[in-house]
Amino acid sequence: MIIHHPILGPRDAQEFVYLGDASLIDRPDGMTAGVEAFHDYLYQRTNPAGEHQELWYHEQGDRSWLVVTRNTVTHEITKVELARDVARARGRTK
Amino acid sequence: MTQSHRIDGGLIDRTKTLRFTFDGIPYQGHPGDTLASALLANGVRLMGRSFKYHRPRGPISAGSEEPNALVELRTGARQEPNTRATVAELFDGLEANSQNRWPSLRFDAMGINDKLSAFFAAGFYYKTFMWPKSFWEKLYEPIIRRAAGLGSVTREEDPDAYDKGFLHCDLLVIGAGPAGLMAALTAGRAGKRVILADEDFRMGGRLNAETLAVGDASGADWAAAVLAELAAMPNLRLMTRTTVIGAFDHGIYGAVERVSDHLPTPAKGKPRQILWRIYAGKAILSGGATERPIAFENNDRPGIMLAGALRAYANRWGVKVGERVAVFTNNDDGIRTALDLRAKGVDVVAVIDSRPVGDLLPGIRHLHGAEVIDTSGKLGLKTITVRQSNGATETIAVDALGVSGGWNPNVNIHSHHRSRPVYDAGIAAFVPGPEGPPGLLVAGAAAGQMSTHAALKTGRDAAIAALDLGTAPDLPQAEDAPVRISPLWFVHHGKGRAWIDQQNDVTVKDVKLAKQENFTSVEHLKRYTTLGMATDQGKTGNVIGLAIMAELTGRSIPETGTTIYRPPYTPVAMGALAGRSRGKEFKPFRLTPSHHWAKEQGAIFVEVGNWLRTQWVPKQGETEWRQSVDREVLATRKSVGICDVTTLGKIDVQGTDAGAFLDRVYANTFSTLPVGKCRYGLMLREDGIVFDDGTTARMGEHEYVMTTTTANAVTVFRHLEFCRQCLWPEMDVQLISTTEAWAQFSVAGPNARKLLEKVVDQDISDAAFPYMGAGNITVCGGLRARLFRISFSGELAYEIAVPTRYGDALLREMLARGAEFDPVVYGTESLGVMRVEKGHVAGGELNGQSTALNMGLGKMVSKKKDSIGMVLSQREGLTDENGYRLVGVKPVDPNGKLTAGSHFLEKGAAPVAANDGGWLTSKVYSPHLGHDIALGYLKGGDKKIGQRMRAVNLLAGLDTEVEIISPHMFDPEGVRLRG
Amino acid sequence: MASLQPLTALGKREATAVTHGPLTITERTDVALASVAARKGRMADLSAAAQKAGVPLPGPATHQAGIPYSAFWVAPEMWFVEAPHATHELIADLLKSALGDAASITEQTDAWVAFDLAATDLAPLLERLCNVDFPAVPNGYATRTVMEHLGVYLVKHGPGAARLYGPRSSAESLLHALETAAHSAF
Repeated sequence: MIIHHPILGPRDAQEFVYLGDASLIDRPDGMTAGVEAFHDYLYQRTNPAGEHQELWYHEQGDRSWLVVTRNTVTHEITKVELARDVARARGRTK
Repeated sequence: MTQSHRIDGGLIDRTKTLRFTFDGIPYQGHPGDTLASALLANGVRLMGRSFKYHRPRGPISAGSEEPNALVELRTGARQEPNTRATVAELFDGLEANSQNRWPSLRFDAMGINDKLSAFFAAGFYYKTFMWPKSFWEKLYEPIIRRAAGLGSVTREEDPDAYDKGFLHCDLLVIGAGPAGLMAALTAGRAGKRVILADEDFRMGGRLNAETLAVGDASGADWAAAVLAELAAMPNLRLMTRTTVIGAFDHGIYGAVERVSDHLPTPAKGKPRQILWRIYAGKAILSGGATERPIAFENNDRPGIMLAGALRAYANRWGVKVGERVAVFTNNDDGIRTALDLRAKGVDVVAVIDSRPVGDLLPGIRHLHGAEVIDTSGKLGLKTITVRQSNGATETIAVDALGVSGGWNPNVNIHSHHRSRPVYDAGIAAFVPGPEGPPGLLVAGAAAGQMSTHAALKTGRDAAIAALDLGTAPDLPQAEDAPVRISPLWFVHHGKGRAWIDQQNDVTVKDVKLAKQENFTSVEHLKRYTTLGMATDQGKTGNVIGLAIMAELTGRSIPETGTTIYRPPYTPVAMGALAGRSRGKEFKPFRLTPSHHWAKEQGAIFVEVGNWLRTQWVPKQGETEWRQSVDREVLATRKSVGICDVTTLGKIDVQGTDAGAFLDRVYANTFSTLPVGKCRYGLMLREDGIVFDDGTTARMGEHEYVMTTTTANAVTVFRHLEFCRQCLWPEMDVQLISTTEAWAQFSVAGPNARKLLEKVVDQDISDAAFPYMGAGNITVCGGLRARLFRISFSGELAYEIAVPTRYGDALLREMLARGAEFDPVVYGTESLGVMRVEKGHVAGGELNGQSTALNMGLGKMVSKKKDSIGMVLSQREGLTDENGYRLVGVKPVDPNGKLTAGSHFLEKGAAPVAANDGGWLTSKVYSPHLGHDIALGYLKGGDKKIGQRMRAVNLLAGLDTEVEIISPHMFDPEGVRLRG
Repeated sequence: MASLQPLTALGKREATAVTHGPLTITERTDVALASVAARKGRMADLSAAAQKAGVPLPGPATHQAGIPYSAFWVAPEMWFVEAPHATHELIADLLKSALGDAASITEQTDAWVAFDLAATDLAPLLERLCNVDFPAVPNGYATRTVMEHLGVYLVKHGPGAARLYGPRSSAESLLHALETAAHSAF
C-alpha cells in the first residue's frame, strides 16, 4: 500500500508500523475516569467492513503518527492526517 | 544425434551450436531455443510423467502456461525441479532431467497408477485414506508422496544469491506483444517513464510466432524495430526475462527478473534473480491470451499440442513437431496453424473442424462437423480416431496433433484484487471484469481484442487514456480478422479419460463426479477435483472445466462463473522471496563499542535482538562456561568488574514539560527528581501490565536521559511518540534516541570508585557523587562523558558513558590504569547471575503478563497522578491478594538443581495444572552462595517466604525441594551499593 | 582527551574507503552531528536564532548545505545539523549557545556511521537497496529509508553523489550491504 503522508507525500506502507483504531487517541483522563471508561477505551472497537480511521506510525520515516482513513475492503485510502492535528481537533489539550 | 525436426526459418542463431543433455543423452540446439524447442527439434516429444497417473507427457504449449513439460534443470546444488521446458532458455552445457519417473522416463514403474485409475478419481484422498486416522502420517502420506508428485529438490544450499529491488515509473506495461509495444511506444515518445516487462527472453509476444505482417514488415521485424527505438529512449526501461507476478495495492507490482537463469552459473557477484517491487503510476496489462485445448479421450499423449504452439515452434523456432500433422479446431485460429505449417512444408494430413459448416481449405483435407474421439500411441501420438459428421469413424496416422479450443485472455493479474472476469460469448472466453485494480488498464488479447490491429490500437489507446496524452503515433497496418468460434469444450464420446488439467491429472470424469456429488459451484469444483490448483493455476484447463460443469448442470457459463487468480502469475523461487536475507545475512548485526576488544580476548558472543553482546570472556585454561562466569562474578564482587551496557536503549527527553511527560508515561514520579539524580522507573502498558523498566536521569531542568531495556528500545520510543503526538500534543517535549551515540559501561564492585577515579577528571567521592547521582563529567583529561551511579549488580556501581568512538579506548584505559584492582570484564551471563542474586527483574519476569504488584513493585504505581496503565492496573483481576508475587527460590539441598520453567507444587501434590502454584522465571548458579538460585512467580508468594515447596519440571526430569525466600538474595540491605 | 584514541564505526583507526567499478564508498569520520528540535511554540525564536547563527533549517525532505553548518530535515520541526568534526566536535554545546532555549539539542555524532557514495550514476546501486526514486528526486533531497532492514538517512547531492547515515553499531552490516549491491549492480 501507499500512504500519502501529509508532509512527505506518497510513502510505502512498509515504512510504517500499524497500531489500530484511531479512537486510541481519545484516552480518558485517569484522574477522573474509572476502570469502566478505560476498559471501553482500550478494548471496545468497531470492526467496520468499510471506512476505518486508524493509526500508522512512520517509524522508518519522520516518526509522525498518522490517522489514515482506509477502506478495509478495498484498501482505498481517502484521507491521511497528522495524528497530533487530529488529537488537537478532538480537543486534547490536557 | 542430429536435429531431425529442424526446418528453415525461425528466430534462432544457427551460426552457433549449443550442446545439452536430457536424461543423460546429448543433444544440440541453438541460441534462441528453449529446452522444449530444442528437444522437439531433436525429435524428442516425451518429456515427463504426469502427477498422479504417471502418464507419458510432452509439452502442449510453447510458453509459461505449460502444464506438462516440467523438468529438473542442472545438477548438484543448483538442481531445480518443476521447471517448464517451454520457457527454459537453452544454454551450452545445460543438463536437464525428466522427473516423477522410475526407473526411466520410457519405462516408469509407477505407470501402474494409470491402470488403477479408478481408485484415483477426484476426492480419492478424502475417501480412501480417511481411516484409520493413525495410518495417514506413517503409511499413506509417504507412499502417496513418493508415487504422486513432481520433481525433487536438492538437499544442498542454493549457492546463488537473489536480490530485491525497487523501481518507479509513470507506466508499467506488462507484456511486450503488439499491444504492449504500441503502449510503450506511445508513452515513451511522450517522454513518460515507462517500464516494459516481458517474461520471454525475446520481446514481441505472438508477433515472433506468427507470419502476420505489421506495416510493411513481418511482425517480428516490426517488433524488433520498435524495440530498438524504445531501447534508445532514456525514459524507457526494457525488462526481458521479467515476469510481473502480481498486482498489489495502490499501483505496486511485483516482478521477478531472471538475471542469470539462462547462464550456466551467475557471473561473480551477480544475482540469479531479482524480485522487483515496482511503483507504477499506471499500468497496462497486455499479457496476451492463452490457447485452450478441447477435451477428448486420451488427449494427453506426447505430440498432442495446442495448435498455436505447433505454429510457434514452426515459425519462431524452425521446428516441426511431427512429420504428419493434423489439426483439431473449433475456430479460425486453428486454420491459421494448418496454413502456416503447410507453408513450412509440413504434411498437414487433415483439419478436423468441429464447426458443421464453413469454407473448405484448398489443398488440405478439411473435415467439417468432425471431432477427434480417441488417440493411440503409448509414449507418443501414433494415430487419431476421427468421427466425421456422418458418424463414420476413421483412424488417421499422425505424429502430431494441434488442438485449438479458442483463446483465453490472460486476465490473471487483472483479477488479483478479486475482480471477476466476465464471459464474452463473441470470443467464447472470459475477459477482464469492470473493476480491476485501480490504475490498471487492459489492452490487446488480454482484453479480448484478438486481432493484431485491435492489439495495436487498444495498446496505443490504453497508453493515451492512462497518461492523458495528447499525441500518439500512427498505427501500422495489420490484420483485423474477426474471431470465428463455435464453442466445443469436450467431445462426447466413450468412457475413457479426457484430460482437462493435465498437470493435476483432472479429467472430464472428475468433473462429472464432482457434479454427481453436488460440488457444482466453481469454487467447490476447484477444490474437489484440484482443477487449476497446480503450479500452472489452470491456465489451459480452468475454463474448460467450468464450461463442462455448466453443460452438465444445464446452466450458462456466465451463471456458472469462474474462479479467479492469485499472485504469483507463475511460480516464484523461494530464494527470490528471501532475497539476501538468509544465513549470516538474514539480518544486520549490531556491534557494541567493546566488540573489537572482546574479539581479541576470544569472548563468546550472544545474539540479543540484532546485538552481538559479550556472553562471557574465557581465560586460558577455562573449559566450561561456568568457570568463566563464576570467576567473573566473584571477581566483580571481590574487586571490580566492567560490563558493556551500551545496548540498553537511551532516549533524550527534553522540553519544558519533560518532567510532567515522564510522570505520565512512568508509573512513578519523575518531575520531582532533582537535577543530577537518577531514579528507577517502571513503565506500564495502558492495560496495567508492566511494559518496560530502566533508570532515568535528570541532566538539566528540562533534560532527562531515559534508559530502556535492550529488547524494548524501539517499542518504548514508538510508545513515547504516540503519547507525545496523539495523547498530549500540547506538551513541550522533544525526543531523540541516543542509544548508539554513547558507549556505556557498568563499573561495579567494591573498587569501582577507585578504578573510575583513575580516569574521571572530577571528584566522585561518595559525598560529591552520591548513590543515584548523575551528571556530565570529563575523562582522561577533558573528554566529555556522563556518569550515573546506579547498580544492577548490587555492588557499588557506576555507569560511565563516552562518545561511542572513544568506547574502545576507554575500556582499555580503565583496564590499564586500574590494573592494580585486577578488573574483570564480564558478559551477559554474569550480569544475569548478579541481578538474580539481587532480585532485579529482567526478561523472564518482564514477560508481558506481569503487573507491578506481581513484581513486588506495586507501591511504585502512583495514584496521585494520571499515568499510562495506572487505572487499569487497579482492575480486580490484577489486584488479587493471592496473585503471583515475585519470590526468590533456593534448593533445600545445596546440590539440588533448579531450572527456569519449573512449576511450584506443594509437597505431595500431583504435578497437574490444578495444583500449579506458579513458575520459576530465571535461574542461575550463584558462586557467592554456592548453589542454584532462582526467581519465580508464586501465587501468594509474599506470604510464603520461608515455606518449603517443590520446583517440578517434568520435561527436565526435575523435582526439587525448595525454600521460598525473599527475591533479594544478596546483600538485602543494600549496604554494598551505597558504599 | 589526548590519551583516548578513537575508533571508526568500522572499528579502525582510519576511515575506510572502498572502490568497486565506478563506485566509491567513503566512510566519513570528520562530521559532527546534532539534532535540533524546536521547543513547543518556539519555532519563530528558533528560526531567528538559527538565521543569526548561520544554521540552515530547510523544509521537509530537504538538505541545505552551508559553512560551517549544513542541515537536513528529519521530522516536523526537527533537523540534523552537520559541521566539521575538527572544529565542531562539541557541536551540541556550540548549537546550544547559539540557539538558546528555543530548541532541544542533542549530540548525534557517534550515533551514526556516515558513508559518501560516489559514482557516475548511483541509481543502479540504490534501486537494489531502497525504495527511494533516486533519479527523480532533486539534489538536496533528504529522506529516511530502509536498506537491508536498516533505517538510514539518504541525502542526494547529485545523480552520482549521496551521503548515507546509518546506525553506527551496524556499520559493518551496512557497508556489506552496499558492497554486495555494488557487485550486483556494477
